[in-house]
Amino acid sequence: MTAYAYYPGCSLHGTGIEYAKSTNAVCRVLGIELKELEDWNCCGASSAHTVNPWLGHGLVARNLKLAAATGLKDVVLPCTACYARFKETTHALGDPAVAARIEEVAGGNVPRDLAIEPLLKIVVEPARMEHLQASVVRPLKGLKVAPYYGCLLTRPPDVTHFDDPEDPQTLDQLMRVLGAEVVAWPGKTACCGSNLALTRTDIALDLSHQLLAWAEAAGADAIVTACPMCHSNLDTRQGQMRRSGRGDHQMAVYYFTELMGVALGLGLSELGIPKHLTDAVAPLTRVPAEARS
Amino acid sequence: MARIGVFVCHCGTNIAGTVDCPGVAAAARKMPGVVFASDYKYMCSEPGQKLIQDTIAAEKLDRVVVASCSPRMHEPTVRRTVAAAGVNPYRMEMANLREHCSWVHQDKPVATAKAIELVGMMVAKVSRDEALRAGRAELTKRLLVIGGGIAGIQAALDVANAGYQVTLLERTPTIGGKMAMLDKTFPTLDCSACILTPLMVDVAQHPNITLMTSAEVEEVHGFVGNFEVAIRQKARYVDHSICNGCGTCWGKCPVKDVTSEFDQGMGKRTAIYLPFPQAIPNKPVIDAPHCRSIAYREAQLKQAAEQGLSPEEAGKLKPVGPDGKKLVPCGICEKLCATKAIRFDDTDRVVKERFGAVIVASGYDLFMLDGSHDEALAPQARKPYYGEYGYGRYPDVITALQLERLMNASGPTKGEVVRPSDGKHPKTIAFIACVGSRDEKVGRPYCSKICCMYTAKQAIMLKEHDPSVQTYVFYMDLRAAGRYYDEFTRRAQETFGAQYLRGRVSRVYPQNGHYVVQGYDTLLGRAIEVEADLVVLANGVTSARGSVDLMQTLGISYDGYGFINEAHVKLRPVETNTAGIYLAGCAAGPKDIPDTVAQASAAAVKVAGLFARPFIETEPTISEVNQARCVACHLCEEICPFGAVTFVEVKGGRQVAQINPAVCKGCGLCTAGCRGRAILLHGFADQQVLAQVESLFARPVPLRAARSEPEPLLSK
Repeated sequence: MTAYAYYPGCSLHGTGIEYAKSTNAVCRVLGIELKELEDWNCCGASSAHTVNPWLGHGLVARNLKLAAATGLKDVVLPCTACYARFKETTHALGDPAVAARIEEVAGGNVPRDLAIEPLLKIVVEPARMEHLQASVVRPLKGLKVAPYYGCLLTRPPDVTHFDDPEDPQTLDQLMRVLGAEVVAWPGKTACCGSNLALTRTDIALDLSHQLLAWAEAAGADAIVTACPMCHSNLDTRQGQMRRSGRGDHQMAVYYFTELMGVALGLGLSELGIPKHLTDAVAPLTRVPAEARS
Repeated sequence: MARIGVFVCHCGTNIAGTVDCPGVAAAARKMPGVVFASDYKYMCSEPGQKLIQDTIAAEKLDRVVVASCSPRMHEPTVRRTVAAAGVNPYRMEMANLREHCSWVHQDKPVATAKAIELVGMMVAKVSRDEALRAGRAELTKRLLVIGGGIAGIQAALDVANAGYQVTLLERTPTIGGKMAMLDKTFPTLDCSACILTPLMVDVAQHPNITLMTSAEVEEVHGFVGNFEVAIRQKARYVDHSICNGCGTCWGKCPVKDVTSEFDQGMGKRTAIYLPFPQAIPNKPVIDAPHCRSIAYREAQLKQAAEQGLSPEEAGKLKPVGPDGKKLVPCGICEKLCATKAIRFDDTDRVVKERFGAVIVASGYDLFMLDGSHDEALAPQARKPYYGEYGYGRYPDVITALQLERLMNASGPTKGEVVRPSDGKHPKTIAFIACVGSRDEKVGRPYCSKICCMYTAKQAIMLKEHDPSVQTYVFYMDLRAAGRYYDEFTRRAQETFGAQYLRGRVSRVYPQNGHYVVQGYDTLLGRAIEVEADLVVLANGVTSARGSVDLMQTLGISYDGYGFINEAHVKLRPVETNTAGIYLAGCAAGPKDIPDTVAQASAAAVKVAGLFARPFIETEPTISEVNQARCVACHLCEEICPFGAVTFVEVKGGRQVAQINPAVCKGCGLCTAGCRGRAILLHGFADQQVLAQVESLFARPVPLRAARSEPEPLLSK
């Protein structure tokens, strides 16, 4: 067991509950112990930092202090929006003048020696990939997936330092290890519309519709993502797209942890897959349930 | 008693803006040995030099201190000035009031005080300067040109036409360089081959030019006038002295699927090949890794070595390949060759040659999107760039040089512009400019200079090939500074209908047999899409593969991108920091053909000027051994970076060190390292250096450390 300080963020306690369930289930199998921060607060994503940058940094700073209190050095975040906020603040702490202001807001020293990692990066560490490969009992044979990184995981590259910002490969490799077929598609790092879904729903619908259309054109059965915001836009708004005449989509959208769980032989309910608004169970019925000898 | 004159230069306001120059001169007048001190606006100008010379005569000066700029630029000038007036040029010292004082300070009184100290130090040194005389070394009037592109060709021809011997070295099997790959050249649209190939033939036929292709510089020793260069002639497996270039061998070679370097991967070639029909020399070479006969022979030799047999006995062995199957030697070219020129047992040879000067014309490579040009990084650390363009993923996203090969009448498609994916004629072509130029994110902040122009040229040429095509050019800024250049890019738009879109491309992806190019038009302020059949990337210029290794072998200075640093960017643009080594073309940064040719001819004039001298004058500021004190510990021999130290026997059979004045560069390492204080660096004797220190601290430094008054080595 390797222990990590774990910051779930609001999505994993709410709209992305299946991301939380599958994360917990998969981490159990892989020997990853997630120690949830005591009394964590909002990361400030979407609203706080756009209204007041110091509020944005202050919210993250409080969480960093809580993470330091666990005594663990690695903080793992499944949500890419939270990850982006945390990375922005740890990056900002590199500038002494900015750091001083952040500490003033946060009321005291903010730890600088924590490694902020997205869950995706943790699971693809070489030793764990080997473990994973050996543990796959239900390879996702015949399932064509479009890996969707969204914008926050790899950008800005100087802040996140994660994978190639224009043509990332981490999810692609993970999906291949699970036995899925990865389709080449142009949407990998395109924007889903994010929180414009609330203020300018039309724009978010246009962008998300484009992503689904691209994935369909590439022959994908499903999109796989690491972001609850993207998931929300792509999974829950297909009906709106249909009704508004944008397009008739029927595309399952998975969290990568859900597909890992399926390949590891875990039950669909345990992973939360039946909770999707767009049917995510049907595409999996075509994946043979055979156990690997 | 010394009679010293001090001349303080204002350098316009460069020095006078921060330093009280008349004040410095007044202070200098009180310094020991100074009989005259004055200041002037520009000491390096004609009136300034005349002031120095007139004062030398009037005041009977025998030593001079010029307080001005760094000696790097003007020391030779001032030395000539004082020498013409009868003062030994090595009894002139420069106090650096500009780089070391005025440019780095703001407070005038403080800077003035420091300037006075700097002058004081030089006055102290100059009063102890010995009169030195330049030495002489022989001059080998033979030029080595490294690189057989247009720069090397032009330089070689110019120097050869001046009557001097030239060796032109090229690492690939043919000269011609990148220019030989081009179809047309901007802004006049001359056919590249028509203007280049005659020059290539001139090189081959010139009585003063020795051409060495498939050859690289391995080692360089010596100095201006006397470079000793080891050249590796790589195995060609064809004896060019008897081959008549008939073409039977490459016509019949069964290995026909080797990717052609010359065609930039757009075409195939055989294992024994001529890079292109007009190649010089017009004789083939064998690409060993792809030749079955050479593979067979190497397997035989390997097996023989394993079994302890001699190489002669290896010929009888029947080796098997890594897959366990028996290898079959091919030998077709050898059988068919009418002149029996095939040599499967050819090996690399290293030859040593002496040259008086070198012109580095090693050229450039294109910025590669797979990151393979990042030679400073380990291969596994190299990362691909511009994933959004899909180069390498989508067959119809190609580089401009690949398009050039497709447009070229002697190219793989005989001049038909077709898509690599399906062989169809593209009707809509999108160009993406500045791929690997002016982009900090990919480590290339500089402008590659040629891309705006060649993109316009290709847009024009595509329309001439097929009037029904439509071209789009995504650009950042249009840089067309040059004679007829702006008119040319305008013609591409106005006459040939190229649509110029100012903005970057964010994504390229295939859709319904086309490629959607998404970008942003910064003039319209809106996102735009172009559906193209072919996407052409205007790759920027990087230093040529292996440049840094070459510069290090030559001992010349280069920048962080692997381009050569000029000795002076404005005034010595074709010289390197090493005397006798000159440069031309893209080896010193991106250049178009006219600039490259101009530089090549300029470098040729520098070489001809050097070779017109009867001998080389050598610096007298070099080290000399006091043989009476040498204990032959050999430390100096070990630490000398130039191999200038040898040992000779003196009376009594004693071994002592001797320094070759022609090889010594006066770096002072041996002088500092000598345990017996037996080595003197002329011009920097201990008394001279210590006098400077004494002047600075205004108190005497014990002279017992000085070499002129040495203490016994085993003093009690």
